[in-house]
Amino acid sequence: MPLEKIDYWQDLDANLPDIQNTAREARRWIVKMIHEAGSGHPGGSLSAVDILTALYFRVMRHDPENPLWEDRDRLVLSKGHSAPALYSTLALSGYFEKDELLTLRKLGSRLQGHPSKNKTPGIDMSTGSLGQGLSIAIGMALGARLDRKDYRVYCILGDGESQEGQLWEAAMAASHYKVDNLCAILDRNQLQIDGPTEKIMSLEPVFPKFKAFGWHVVEVNGHDLKELLRAFHEAETYKGKPTIIIANTIKGKGVSFMEGSLKFHGKAPSKEELKQALEELGGDA
Amino acid sequence: MKWELKNMRPGFGEALVELGERYHQVVALNADLSGSTTTAMFDAAYPERFFNVGVAEQNMMGIAAGLATTGKIVFASTFAMFATGRAYDQIRQSIAYPKLNVKIVATHAGITVGGDGASHQMHEDLALMRVLPHMTVIAPADYWETKKAVLKVAETPGPCYIRTGRTNTPLLYDEDYKFHIGRANRLRDGDDVTLIAVGLMVAKALEAAEELEKIGISARVENMSTIKPIDKKMIIKAAKETGAIVTCEEHNMIVGMGSAVAEVLAGYEPVPQRRVGIPDVFGESGESEELMEAYGLTVENIIANVKKAVSMKR
Repeated sequence: MPLEKIDYWQDLDANLPDIQNTAREARRWIVKMIHEAGSGHPGGSLSAVDILTALYFRVMRHDPENPLWEDRDRLVLSKGHSAPALYSTLALSGYFEKDELLTLRKLGSRLQGHPSKNKTPGIDMSTGSLGQGLSIAIGMALGARLDRKDYRVYCILGDGESQEGQLWEAAMAASHYKVDNLCAILDRNQLQIDGPTEKIMSLEPVFPKFKAFGWHVVEVNGHDLKELLRAFHEAETYKGKPTIIIANTIKGKGVSFMEGSLKFHGKAPSKEELKQALEELGGDA
Repeated sequence: MKWELKNMRPGFGEALVELGERYHQVVALNADLSGSTTTAMFDAAYPERFFNVGVAEQNMMGIAAGLATTGKIVFASTFAMFATGRAYDQIRQSIAYPKLNVKIVATHAGITVGGDGASHQMHEDLALMRVLPHMTVIAPADYWETKKAVLKVAETPGPCYIRTGRTNTPLLYDEDYKFHIGRANRLRDGDDVTLIAVGLMVAKALEAAEELEKIGISARVENMSTIKPIDKKMIIKAAKETGAIVTCEEHNMIVGMGSAVAEVLAGYEPVPQRRVGIPDVFGESGESEELMEAYGLTVENIIANVKKAVSMKR
């Protein structure tokens, strides 16, 4: 893991197959751990995993040996139900053993159904009640500014989550405070528990909304690691405004029968479904 | 009794400025009430460490939590109604659960908010805050206790809620007062009954004790300024030594300080207890003193309840 920042943007193709493999391995763990737990949210975990892989394996400055390192970049998973994606990324980064992933949601496990700061190494903030993460991230970004530290703060938002009012209070405040050390990523997978976001409570036009709230807005394919890396670099270099990356994603990405499926927002795969998912994902993790 | 009156709130503002000088990690947040909460004093002294987030209490609690993760000692302040009511889930999820070092100092609690009426009269805050794991809950009785409590909690890591009111209240203490978290403060000795009071009801309890003495009832008065962790030792001792308890609070009688006392009595030393507090109703507009009369927060009502409690003694 990079202790010091790496120049990942110099050659975006370098190691690209490596992190593509990492993302695929993370996907395998996600379906396995949710199957083992018997409950959880595969859809939104699979849509967010490429974003997390890009961050933890290329972009962020962090140290799995020292999870509370003062100068580390921070990540707030505001859509806390995608915890399996974060846990598998952390395990693959070396924060804890991969086998521990199979304890997800079990009594006594460090891996709670939603992220818990004081339980799991590498988790920077407890989340789960939606709409709160962006405010936390602003607090972290302001803390960095007060301490004259150069760490950056990343915050992953859900699109269903964006119906929460607090998120827009925070959107207003982030540009007011000009926290350009903050980068939000909207996992725009178009689906929430009850149906398509645009049918339940439309979020569009989301790009101009954030623009109007004073953000620098970038839109990418959220499964294209190269596009993601380019966007993260743009966010790092853009000064005076917070950046939001609208990452267009597919819920359940990587497993055919979970892609775009409402059913797998919050349902564990059965034994047969797991078998098929792992076959599709390939590899040998 | 003739009291010298002083507002509690500047006790908070002044302590905050003192803390700002002492600790560079102290930061303060406010939601468009910096004048009323007296945090404007901190803004004037340390503007770079002051964040007025506008009318957005939920966002304020979240930003407070985020700042706390970076090692800051964070004070977040607004009216009790908006701090604990509007932003309850943010306090629960983002402050109490991760056990972050955020001190929520609320002003304008209780019915004595007065003219603003029920929308602004918060009678449930002690209940809401005391049921949260990790949370310390404090309700000072005067200016000095407010000041000392604010100074004290800054040195005690973890989430904390401090409740203050709007009106001027009797001065019970002076500069030498030592505030201890979790320890009640005895203001008057007595053997027949113990009045356990909080906030501005402490002065009322003292007045009641004086009246009771005239009719031959010796009443002990304890200021229960920490509601959580509750001073179990004091309650058990009072029950053993005086055999009857009357609690007095400017709070809904359900799940407030009186209930916390009852929980201890029931488990350790069951003796008769009567509760003086606001009934389970919403408030209304009026002058503070009028409202206290109308809702039973009076010396007379305390005395009536003492008589009842004493008559129930075995």
